[in-house]
Amino acid sequence: MLSYKVRSRFSFFLFIILSLSFLIFIVLSSLEESFVYFFSPTEIYNKENLTFNTKIRVGGLVKENSIIKKKESIDFIITDLNKEIIVTYSGHIPNLFSEGKGVVAEGKLQDKKFFIADKILAKHDENYMPREVRDALKNTSK
Amino acid sequence: MLKNLFPNKILSFSNKLFSFLISLMLLFVFVGLIFALFLSPSDFTQGNSVRIMYVHVPASFMALGCFAFMGIASICALIFKIKILPLMAKSLAPVGSVFALVSIVTGSLWGKPTWGTWWVWDARLTSMLILFIFYIAYMSAWKFIDNYEKANRVSSIIAIIGSFNLPVIKYSVDWWNTLHQTSSITLTSTPTIHYTMLIPLIIMFIGTILYTLIVFLMRYKIEIMKFKLDKRNKEN
Repeated sequence: MLSYKVRSRFSFFLFIILSLSFLIFIVLSSLEESFVYFFSPTEIYNKENLTFNTKIRVGGLVKENSIIKKKESIDFIITDLNKEIIVTYSGHIPNLFSEGKGVVAEGKLQDKKFFIADKILAKHDENYMPREVRDALKNTSK
Repeated sequence: MLKNLFPNKILSFSNKLFSFLISLMLLFVFVGLIFALFLSPSDFTQGNSVRIMYVHVPASFMALGCFAFMGIASICALIFKIKILPLMAKSLAPVGSVFALVSIVTGSLWGKPTWGTWWVWDARLTSMLILFIFYIAYMSAWKFIDNYEKANRVSSIIAIIGSFNLPVIKYSVDWWNTLHQTSSITLTSTPTIHYTMLIPLIIMFIGTILYTLIVFLMRYKIEIMKFKLDKRNKEN
């Protein structure tokens, strides 16, 4: 079945595919930063070349009991259960924004611990659960 | 059974079998939609927005699946020179591209009430848009290049290069921080989606696969007929 022609075509394409894969892998790993949509608090903490005047995004969970609603703005803490960062934001708050849920804040870093956001997005996790089931689980765990 | 896909057999594909496929598909889609829109529960976080998932997830899956098939068919066509494979890939492209578009549009409709925005340039969304562009490029190659062999070669290369985007799309949510959530259904762990929502999703999946198969077969028949007609015209 595998004539010389077929075998040589096969080897040629295999070579092309392997080199393309390798090239793409190199490109993707070096362009890491432009592909991530946000940094976690730990990544910000460990980052070496922090820029304080460019737009950057921080994402994680809203820490429980950390939301402080002020007159013009709202303060809360983003945590990745390892490191935290305090965020202040004034503007429209998305519906799904709440404590214990994911959030992505876009804005400027003031220092490693403080972030001024001009836009926040609620991040939905991969869990899908009906309300009744969730309430039932909550009641049994009480 | 596979012999039925060869040019001589496909044209005599039984109409009864075809109607049966259509009825089956309609049944699955109808039942799936009843569950999706009415009988399944709303989610405790996103409320009724979750219902978009029943269309968005199967569409995204098919968009990827169709292109994967096109990529494999193109490479086999180039290596083994099997004549029907480019025609099969060509027949699959229109359905796949529509599913890619549906995925993007339904995703945006879902994103606005949940995330708070219609679009972000994160890895998952951007790579899906690139997939759609590759679909358009693939179909354009077939449409605008007159010579069959040349069109075949160019479109095959587009399909093969585009196939490298497929693992990027699939694993984008794992490799990078993205706004789009990670997979709820994986091969290795238990689903993070409750069974009352998972079952309607599976029903919609099956309905979508049947739909793709039907549209593919309709298109494939036409492509075979066109191919035979062109061959006959050239001989005259």
